[in-house]
Amino acid sequence: MQDLLYFFQQLINGLTIGSAYALIAIGYTMVYGIIGMINFAHGEIYMIGAYTALITITGLASLGVAWLPLVLLVALICAMLVSSSMGWAVERVAYRPVRGRHRLIPLISAIGMSIFLQNYVHLAQGSRNIGFPALIEGGFTFGPADSFQTSISYMQITIFITTLICMTALSLFISRSRTGRACRAVSQDLGMANLLGIDTNRIISATFIIGAALAAVAGLLLGMYYGSIDPLFGFIAGLKAFTAAVLGGIGSIPGAMLGGLILGVSESMTSGYLSGEYKDVVSFGLLILILLFKPTGLLGKPEVEKI
Amino acid sequence: MLEVRNLSMRFGGLLAVDQVSLDVQEHEIVSIIGPNGAGKTTVFNCMSGFYRPTGGEILFNDQPIHGKPDYKISRLGLVRTFQHVRLFNKMTVVENLLVAQHRHLNTNLIAGLLGSPNYRKREQKALDRATYWLDRVGLLELANREAGNLAYGQQRRLEIARCMVTEPRLLMLDEPAAGLNPAETRDLNQLIISLKEDYNVSVVLIEHDMSLVMEISDRINVINQGRPLASGTPEEVRQNDDVIKAYLGET
Repeated sequence: MQDLLYFFQQLINGLTIGSAYALIAIGYTMVYGIIGMINFAHGEIYMIGAYTALITITGLASLGVAWLPLVLLVALICAMLVSSSMGWAVERVAYRPVRGRHRLIPLISAIGMSIFLQNYVHLAQGSRNIGFPALIEGGFTFGPADSFQTSISYMQITIFITTLICMTALSLFISRSRTGRACRAVSQDLGMANLLGIDTNRIISATFIIGAALAAVAGLLLGMYYGSIDPLFGFIAGLKAFTAAVLGGIGSIPGAMLGGLILGVSESMTSGYLSGEYKDVVSFGLLILILLFKPTGLLGKPEVEKI
Repeated sequence: MLEVRNLSMRFGGLLAVDQVSLDVQEHEIVSIIGPNGAGKTTVFNCMSGFYRPTGGEILFNDQPIHGKPDYKISRLGLVRTFQHVRLFNKMTVVENLLVAQHRHLNTNLIAGLLGSPNYRKREQKALDRATYWLDRVGLLELANREAGNLAYGQQRRLEIARCMVTEPRLLMLDEPAAGLNPAETRDLNQLIISLKEDYNVSVVLIEHDMSLVMEISDRINVINQGRPLASGTPEEVRQNDDVIKAYLGET
């Protein structure tokens, strides 16, 4: 019984962190699906989302606004707006001018953008850890009082539900809306979509904006969950989310969701049963294994060159 | 409406197209024929903006279009298909036609999210047009299948339907009958003629299948080794000695 409760605890922790990874991973996978480049500045967009949310929350507190749902909603909207415009601007400034060149060039440009944004936040906000107020406290506990108890915090539930809402909204958007339809067309054949009169530049911008908005949601959620942020906050999370995207099959949105969850659960299981220091070893080891046996990732389709 | 004058295209040392001229009037089907490697597709690629021609000029409604990017040319109403079918394979048949009308839909994200009446009205109009063309090319029952799963002949027809929902003035078809069986080719004939007769679209056609070309073309241009060999009505071309030599060899 106790073992089972312990297992469930790890599972819950893993799903929580994994769903946040998935939110970030979608940004990588959508951009890759459409223009075939890895947006290495995406982790920084997520970090900026977390900072914006924190600044908004602090600002609202100084104004005396204390009603929690309002604070969270305003913080969320601000973070999404700032991150989205940042994502849009990054594409305009750093990727569009070099699009269609050798594929290393946009990659280097992305790395440059990532370094630039990180250092910009260093300068603007200082490089220290800043405490993120845990606005959502408390939770449920299960199990006997005298031994191990499984606990689910309200924060974890919030992360899970928010992710679920975002994923559902995104899936509906991609499958039902006009812009979503155009996104799918552009990701399948950009040249043909252009010929048919779709404004592909606008669709590419939309992809960056959507990915950045989801990253901002993750930034707010994980900022609250971890309790502190710093300018390097986006680096590891970005790397993990990228791993999740590759694991699930880069270019595939359900793949990113699945990859994020698998990565989160395998990390928390490793921390729970082996040691926290091994969690990165296991998650990146898993990545290597999957790439060895299924190079396109779990849900990625093999690219067949038609002749 | 389309005038090609002294078009040349050089790839390094190879002169793939040499001084080719042709013109297309309103309400006309014009074919480009020639043996393999004669430069037919190269002419097409220059006309549709895939290549920037190294010489000559192309006028569409008296407006020069040579050297313009392909998507600008297609927005003028000059739309092409490819030798290889290029559908959005992972989208359904009807989605392929809806997405082609994206420009006409004048997308507004906010209106879309709110589902405003105007948005719905336009979407409905696009759907009506897609339905009409699916019915016209006989694919209505397959509307919700994935395009990649259709039979080859059906994919060909869907591609033409996808061009037609964009309301082109001039349709350029690159070997539309390639890989079709005789029955399918006959259907295609009917379809192409009806595009001209019923929808007032001019057609430029590249084709190997001589029976198709002779049957439906108003005029034919023959190209051999990049150079214009002959042009005229099907009857004139059929009796042209140079054409006979090029196709059958000299005795």
